[in-house]
Amino acid sequence: MARMMYREAVLSTIAEEMERDPNVVVLGEDVVGGNGTAGGPEAIGGIWSTSAGLYGKFGGDRVIDTPISESAIVGAAAGLALSGKRPVAELMFADFIGVSLDQIWNQIAKFRYMFGGKTKCPAVIRMAWGAGYNAAAQHSQAAHQILTGMPGLKVVMPSTPADVKGLLRTAIRDDDPVIFLEHKALYGVKGEVPDDKDFMIPFGHARLSRAGNDVTIVSTGLLLGFCEAVADKLAAEGIGCDVIDLRTTSPIDEEAILDSVEVTGRLVVVDEAPPRCSLANDICAMVAEKAFASLKAPPLGVNPPHTPVPFARELETAYLPSIPKIEAAVRKVLSYR
Amino acid sequence: MQLSREELLRAYRQMKVIREFEERLHIDIQTGEIAGFTHLYCGQEAVAVGVCEHLSTEDKIVSTHRGHGHCLAKGCDVNGMMAEIWGSRDGLCKGKGGSMHIADVDKGMLGANGIVGAGAPIAVGAGIAAKIDAKGHVAIAFSGDGACNQGTTFEAMNMAVVTKAACIFVFENNHYSEHTGFEYAVGTQKDIASRAEAFGMKVWRGDGTDFFSVFETMREVLDYVRVPGNGPAAVEFDTERFFGHFEGDPQRYRGPGELDRIRETRDCIKKFRASVTGAGLLTDADIDAVDADVMEAIETAVAKAKAAPRPTPEDVLEDVYISY
Ligand SMILES: Cc1ncc(C[n+]2csc(CCOP(=O)(O)OP(=O)(O)O)c2C)c(N)n1
Ligand SMILES: [Mg+2]
Repeated sequence: MARMMYREAVLSTIAEEMERDPNVVVLGEDVVGGNGTAGGPEAIGGIWSTSAGLYGKFGGDRVIDTPISESAIVGAAAGLALSGKRPVAELMFADFIGVSLDQIWNQIAKFRYMFGGKTKCPAVIRMAWGAGYNAAAQHSQAAHQILTGMPGLKVVMPSTPADVKGLLRTAIRDDDPVIFLEHKALYGVKGEVPDDKDFMIPFGHARLSRAGNDVTIVSTGLLLGFCEAVADKLAAEGIGCDVIDLRTTSPIDEEAILDSVEVTGRLVVVDEAPPRCSLANDICAMVAEKAFASLKAPPLGVNPPHTPVPFARELETAYLPSIPKIEAAVRKVLSYR
Repeated sequence: MQLSREELLRAYRQMKVIREFEERLHIDIQTGEIAGFTHLYCGQEAVAVGVCEHLSTEDKIVSTHRGHGHCLAKGCDVNGMMAEIWGSRDGLCKGKGGSMHIADVDKGMLGANGIVGAGAPIAVGAGIAAKIDAKGHVAIAFSGDGACNQGTTFEAMNMAVVTKAACIFVFENNHYSEHTGFEYAVGTQKDIASRAEAFGMKVWRGDGTDFFSVFETMREVLDYVRVPGNGPAAVEFDTERFFGHFEGDPQRYRGPGELDRIRETRDCIKKFRASVTGAGLLTDADIDAVDADVMEAIETAVAKAKAAPRPTPEDVLEDVYISY
């Protein structure tokens, strides 16, 4: 085991996979930085420091600084993937899927099916997502609610450094397009990470981060930690919470959720995207369909409101699900009959 | 054409307001009191002011993530802007937008923009509206050397030509897009104006560190675009950004002594002063008086921003047509 930050887990996994497989290439804006300047290349190594040192180790053919051209970045990843490479493309902010949506939605997501199953598209599109930095409406959004709804994409949302390691390795070795969503507020978080260079976490396997019999809380990303804090607080009162970290939203581990709800009968889903057509609604609906008889209370979603992400500190705090809001939701489902 | 004393004083004041606004933010941001990402316009003042001094409120501009200078030059209220950046309820966008999203549509300022390359297509629409209204108004898209690589910018240029939109693409080439050099990211031509030319536009080039170069160039550009039926034009200004890409940028891409050199030799404010005092158009005393006045205005703006009421949780649900 090694102790490292979430961002270090991203970087070291990419480096290990580049070492292992010469077909792995990295591309994105400022993933090297300093090209065409007096300071020279490697000025930055990605604005999240998730590609620092890769250019020096693997060179410009495999670590490609791109102009500001998200549509071409994702498109080039598609073309690379159809040509035998394993691109790991970076969109600095998940919000920029807006610029590249055709290449994500109509191109990479559809090749395998549309081409009659005759092709693979092993592209990973990494992006930083989430609020908490007062980065305002165009640099703070969640994108999983949009991307999870697109057939043909696998969508990964790690919450810990160890999960970054295991899931990113699986993503890079996977033969299908994978959207890898890194929560920007987690980049500095440290955790134990297995040293094994083949450590992989399969997609569609949730992780039980707290165990209890009274209520099921499902979440991922930054908010998972909030849910754990609520579970720990309630545990002191003798209330037991299962906290399920989804890890991937597509494929989704329905079994883990259903198994838990069958015991607890109560469900809260905590989601950083606005409520309509959200992951929270999706999971609540799934549980209502498949575990109706087990339910002791209506399933409840905790989401931000149906608004863009506001800028000011007070507004963003009010916007985001918080520990008190999650606790209130849990108490609400507990007090229902 | 010679500017009057009043016009010179006004242009200088506008540049100085932007400069001091940004220098002050640079200091205040370090205290941690100001939230979010801030991109300072310092060094490029001659472009925003040299362009906007020709415009009326009926003319539209669309700005970028580095938008404070464009907003101030187009007439956005200094106090309202400072309050917005401080995230207060008195801000131009009630604290909802912040530095990257300042807008005042009534002033013809259609918004700073957090999405690089998003502005140019919007300016085409405003330019088509101006063409339809046929009153000689124009729409201006400010774009950086990085934004000029975005497909949206290419589409906008071609569509403006095809629709004969009364639209001007102003490219501010400050040689960097974040940490990457213009020399690397803009292929083949190493020049932005010639791209616009290839789309069929008339193009101009000017020194973006010299107010008079920008102002005189823009007079020609505007004389052309305001003529109904002429369609769009483009202009590239070579300029400098004095601070990092964002506040907190380590700027490892700069060469040794680069910042000192550009502050020394490429400062539009210093150049303006030297030029007008050298020609006997204004005196040092005239300029010092403007400086003092501007310092006071910025001080007031900061004091007001700090004292302004903070937004409340209820404000989150205001300005949406429906909430769930
Ligand atoms: C679509 C999109 N891609 C990337 C970014 C991140 N980003 C913000 S500013 C910037 C550089 C812009 O360079 P340029 O257009 O030259 O403007 P300057 O910063 O020099 O004013 C980048 C890459 C963004 N905000 N939006
Ligand atoms: Mg630039």
